Amino acid sequence: MDAIIIENVSKSYGAIPAVSDVSLSIKPGELFGLIGPDGAGKTTLFKILVTLLLPDTGRATVAGYDVVKDYKTLRKLVGYMPGRFSLYPDLSVQENLAFFATVFGTTIRQNYHLIQEIYAQLEPFKNRRAGQLSGGMKQKLALCCALIHKPDVLFLDEPTTGVDAVSRKEFWDMLRQLNERGLTTLVSTPYMDEASRCDRVAFMQTGTVLAVDTPLAITRRFKKRLYAVRAADTYSLIHDLRLAPFTESCYAFGEFLHLTVKSAAVTEEQIGRYLREKNHRTIEIHSIQPGIEDTFMALMTQTQPTA
Amino acid sequence: MNRIRYMVEKEIQQLRRNPVLLRIMLAAPIMQLILLSYAANYEVKNLNIAVVDGDHTTYSQRLVGKFRYLDNFRMTGYLASDKQARQTLLAGDADLVLVIPPHFERDLAKEGNTSVQLLLNAIDGSKAGIANGYATAIIRDFNADIRAETSAVAPGTIPALDIENQYWYNPKLEYKTFMVPGVLFELLILVGGLVSALNIVREKEIGTMEQLNVTPIRKHEFILGKSIPFVLIGLVLFTVGLLLGRFLFQIRIEGSVALMYVFALLFLILCVGLGLLISTLADNQQQALFVSFFLLVLFILLSGLFASTENMPEWAQWLNILNPLKYIIEVGRNVMLKGSTFRDVSRPFFVLAGMAIGLLLLASWRYRKTV
Repeated sequence: MDAIIIENVSKSYGAIPAVSDVSLSIKPGELFGLIGPDGAGKTTLFKILVTLLLPDTGRATVAGYDVVKDYKTLRKLVGYMPGRFSLYPDLSVQENLAFFATVFGTTIRQNYHLIQEIYAQLEPFKNRRAGQLSGGMKQKLALCCALIHKPDVLFLDEPTTGVDAVSRKEFWDMLRQLNERGLTTLVSTPYMDEASRCDRVAFMQTGTVLAVDTPLAITRRFKKRLYAVRAADTYSLIHDLRLAPFTESCYAFGEFLHLTVKSAAVTEEQIGRYLREKNHRTIEIHSIQPGIEDTFMALMTQTQPTA
Repeated sequence: MNRIRYMVEKEIQQLRRNPVLLRIMLAAPIMQLILLSYAANYEVKNLNIAVVDGDHTTYSQRLVGKFRYLDNFRMTGYLASDKQARQTLLAGDADLVLVIPPHFERDLAKEGNTSVQLLLNAIDGSKAGIANGYATAIIRDFNADIRAETSAVAPGTIPALDIENQYWYNPKLEYKTFMVPGVLFELLILVGGLVSALNIVREKEIGTMEQLNVTPIRKHEFILGKSIPFVLIGLVLFTVGLLLGRFLFQIRIEGSVALMYVFALLFLILCVGLGLLISTLADNQQQALFVSFFLLVLFILLSGLFASTENMPEWAQWLNILNPLKYIIEVGRNVMLKGSTFRDVSRPFFVLAGMAIGLLLLASWRYRKTV
């Protein structure tokens, strides 16, 4: 049986739909990513799964328990780390951890092995107040607090938002380690580059799931030719390319622009000629393999014809 | 059980981390007790009186002289005319003006009848009333003297009713004796109601409420864990207040101290219930503060802390049926000053207990774990 089963779940706030008709299932031991821009409905879906919100329609089970009917049992079994830092800023690292352990009816000693590697990094600051920790440290503490009661399923809502690149990498390494011990983990993120670190990902936008697959399979869905283009004046380059007759889409990715073209017949030569006509200099064009972000961008525009 | 204990420990730990709040929480109510009891005073002293003497005779001098030798009045001087009298009142230089008409002595002697005029600044109605009372008493006194003299009968032999007052339970009519028992209970609503409401709403603001909601913590465990620290602080505060009342204000506690504590405890539970209810209605501390402040001012002004509730308009008295402060202040005064026993105050006890239970039920019904 799957660790998380979501069947046709919808939830709206007043007239505004936040999650519409989402169905997903996550296998035990999976590290599953929920990727999508801000406002896609990720947090709402999380809150439904951790029994903080009631779905309007549909049903969901976590670890075999219904999120509405069995919420009491479920609250003992899930670990939840909300998107916003939600520990007591005026209690120390150790006090926060001890508090959440007690609330779950356990002790730090009993489950120390679960958090050992992560807590080791926090140990030097154990008497510091949680409010005075750095962003990355706060996330580690929050993760410890979410793990201290040995949850069956771990929910992490945008754990890396607002965390520096190094800490983000460290955090994902920790998640991978936890996952290797068999902990089912659902993690959401707005950063598409993090998708490749998950076993499977679901791409969410405006309350619906657009695609669910392994990161590799998702990139394979990208069938169009993709070029990376660079020139001296990036700003007018993006403008000119978007106006070009052969362009399907054009996005900035770091120093290059990723350009998809309408037909496979369009060559580098053609693009180069067009750009020289527009007086661009130091033009660089080459064909590239699509990454997961390109796929998501394509998925997003497919469902949003106006964009 | 263990969870409740740890919730309480956590609260106390957090309070200790916030020494400023802790100090304010203990010091501010005590300051309030001292200041309110000393400063809020309805005894009227030092009334400024001016006189327009249109007669300038021995009789008029004697009448003015009577005002001069009383504590309550302070002569500011003579005025020339009615017009000046009005100006003096307008400028606030006098609280009242005594106008003695021309031919005052002659009319009194000849016709046995005359009148004087009292002009009062009545912006502060109760103060003007009291000033009027004092002045009328003095004039009546003067009247009696004159009558005795003119009828050549020794004063005291004219048949008249003599009223002798005995002021029970507050023999010196001291305002602070009236205030202290009231303020003592009013303080508890600050800690029990206001601070507890803000505390819980803060958990909402910083997101720990959401975090707690995903734990197996039970509703009653959370509510008890939150209430116990504030009830304890309230009791400490009450003890300090009682000691101040006894030793600083010299008010003897006529009734049972244990009974006072029973009521303090009951009232604190009620206040925490109210605080909890407010916290379930408010999303942030500003909202909670505004709602509590609104209720607090209403409760205090209607409670009879400053003025007797019986003189309030009927609608206010109806409102007061729901005002817990009104009951507790009544009880506090009766037990402390009159020595009322539980039997005397059992009705307010059950009313307050009912309110406390009602508020707690309403709060826990509103406090739903699934938002």
